[in-house]
Amino acid sequence: MEYLYFIQQLINGITLGSIYGLIAIGYTMVFGIIGMVNFSHGDIFMVSAFIALIVFLVVTTWLGIASVFIAVLLMLIISMALAGLWNWAIEKVAYRPLRGSFRLAPLISAIGVSLILSNFVQVAQGPRNKPVPPLFNDTIQLATWDGFTAVLAYKQIAIVLITAILLAGFWYIVQKTPLGRAQRACEQDRKMAALLGIDVDRTISATFVMGAALAAVAGTMYVMYYGVISYQDGFIPGIKAFTAAVLGGIGSLPGAVLGGLLIGLIETFFSGYFSLAYKDVAAFSILVVVLIFMPQGILGRPEVEKV
Amino acid sequence: MASSEVLRVEHLTVRFGGLTAVDDLNFSAMHGDITGLIGPNGAGKTTVFNCITGFYKPTTGLLSMTHPSGRQFYLDRMADFKVASTAHVARTFQNIRLFSGMTALENLLVAQHNVLMRASGMSVWGVLGFPVYKHAEKRAAEKAAEWLDKIGLYDRADDPAGELPYGAQRRLEIARAMCTDPVILCLDEPAAGLNPKESAELNTLLRGIRDETKTSILLIEHDMSVVMQICDHVVVLEYGQKISDGTPAEVKADPRVIAAYLGVDDSEIESVASLIEEAIPGVKKS
Repeated sequence: MEYLYFIQQLINGITLGSIYGLIAIGYTMVFGIIGMVNFSHGDIFMVSAFIALIVFLVVTTWLGIASVFIAVLLMLIISMALAGLWNWAIEKVAYRPLRGSFRLAPLISAIGVSLILSNFVQVAQGPRNKPVPPLFNDTIQLATWDGFTAVLAYKQIAIVLITAILLAGFWYIVQKTPLGRAQRACEQDRKMAALLGIDVDRTISATFVMGAALAAVAGTMYVMYYGVISYQDGFIPGIKAFTAAVLGGIGSLPGAVLGGLLIGLIETFFSGYFSLAYKDVAAFSILVVVLIFMPQGILGRPEVEKV
Repeated sequence: MASSEVLRVEHLTVRFGGLTAVDDLNFSAMHGDITGLIGPNGAGKTTVFNCITGFYKPTTGLLSMTHPSGRQFYLDRMADFKVASTAHVARTFQNIRLFSGMTALENLLVAQHNVLMRASGMSVWGVLGFPVYKHAEKRAAEKAAEWLDKIGLYDRADDPAGELPYGAQRRLEIARAMCTDPVILCLDEPAAGLNPKESAELNTLLRGIRDETKTSILLIEHDMSVVMQICDHVVVLEYGQKISDGTPAEVKADPRVIAAYLGVDDSEIESVASLIEEAIPGVKKS
């Protein structure tokens, strides 16, 4: 019993951690390239979850497509594209004019964008929780002992698999393509990158679009997993993903994924063994502890002094 | 062959608040030449470079560049990355600015960003593995390998640039600049901090670049042996103004240059001061 319960928490934790990890990448990349904590990122995640929900409803009720696979694929593609467009526009309107301004300016602007997005969705979609009809409800029963059954849901497998595939693709882009090289170059020395003919503004835009696309994947899966979304749901997952990015070492991609998994596991185990009501306290205590005792995070580089 | 002008600097003035760093400077550089820009500390040499490479915008003045193809560019009116990507001006820095976390090879590939970006259709073809991108990437890697070989770093291609020895980093920075296919290569004190052997290697490298690639080189240098050995043409600055312009031999013999560099004997102050005033009206040198 004890160990089955443990396995169940592990499965749930990894699923949740995958979602946090995907959001955390957006934080970490934007921080890496322009040194700004993008506090509106959680709301992009929330908006993309709504987009996924709308796509789902359109596809199933209007177009009458019954295949869950096609529905999910369309949800993913459309929400990634639209969230990317949103973030591209936000960067252009709210952050780019403030580049070169004092450090806090884009941060405050990001908080403003966050408020605008959540209020916009509240007005446009209503303040109540929006339910999604359950998808992929089949489960695999792993084992039963003393009335407790450890269950692995198909959607959990789907979430972890999609996360893994996207991360691999994303890693390839950053490591092997000219765009990724340009991003890493801008991260180290933006001015020098410009002097080599790299369009820095465009590279930064691409970073925002990529971060939003990954957040949209997380949003789509969040809707599938929890079956409900509301306009407030950007904040808490957003801050938890930020915690994950800080824990993993902000600026580091593998760190963001590792941090996401850790936060997901810590949260599930805490709610499984101690108290469900205090699970957010557990996650945010980590943020405080990490910031005090190891501000560079697990995989973060120590600050390199720029000349 | 009567060489043509590749860069013409006209009435260039740069002010920072009340300080005039460069004051009404005029000079031109010929295509395929190594043009040296020398002068005492604070003479405004690096400021001139910063204007040419789009780092600063001049207060007044015109910087026109003519490609061998005849295309003209006004560098003072272009966005910083355009100076590199379309006018093909490349530069190195006095304090090395490599991407130290990236490997030596990657540093050279980043410099070929625009070529690769075009071939990879904003990375889309690249991710999908289209042959057009594979081909371009192969050529880029070959070019990078060729330069690594030229600067003697072929074996260390996969080491992080920040871990290379100082002299190697300087050569790598020059190779990176060359990978952007520059028409003008601006080198800011490439010999600074090098020992005599490395300095001699640098001379060979620079001469090789001029002779093989026909790239015009603009060079700021304090090491007079480098300047005298490799420059075709030297411009001397002091207090933001040009005090001499000519071949290395001419410049070396110019009394104003000697005065600027060495100062003068007490007994000669009168005569040198009058010489300076004659050359640059309005300047009083105490």
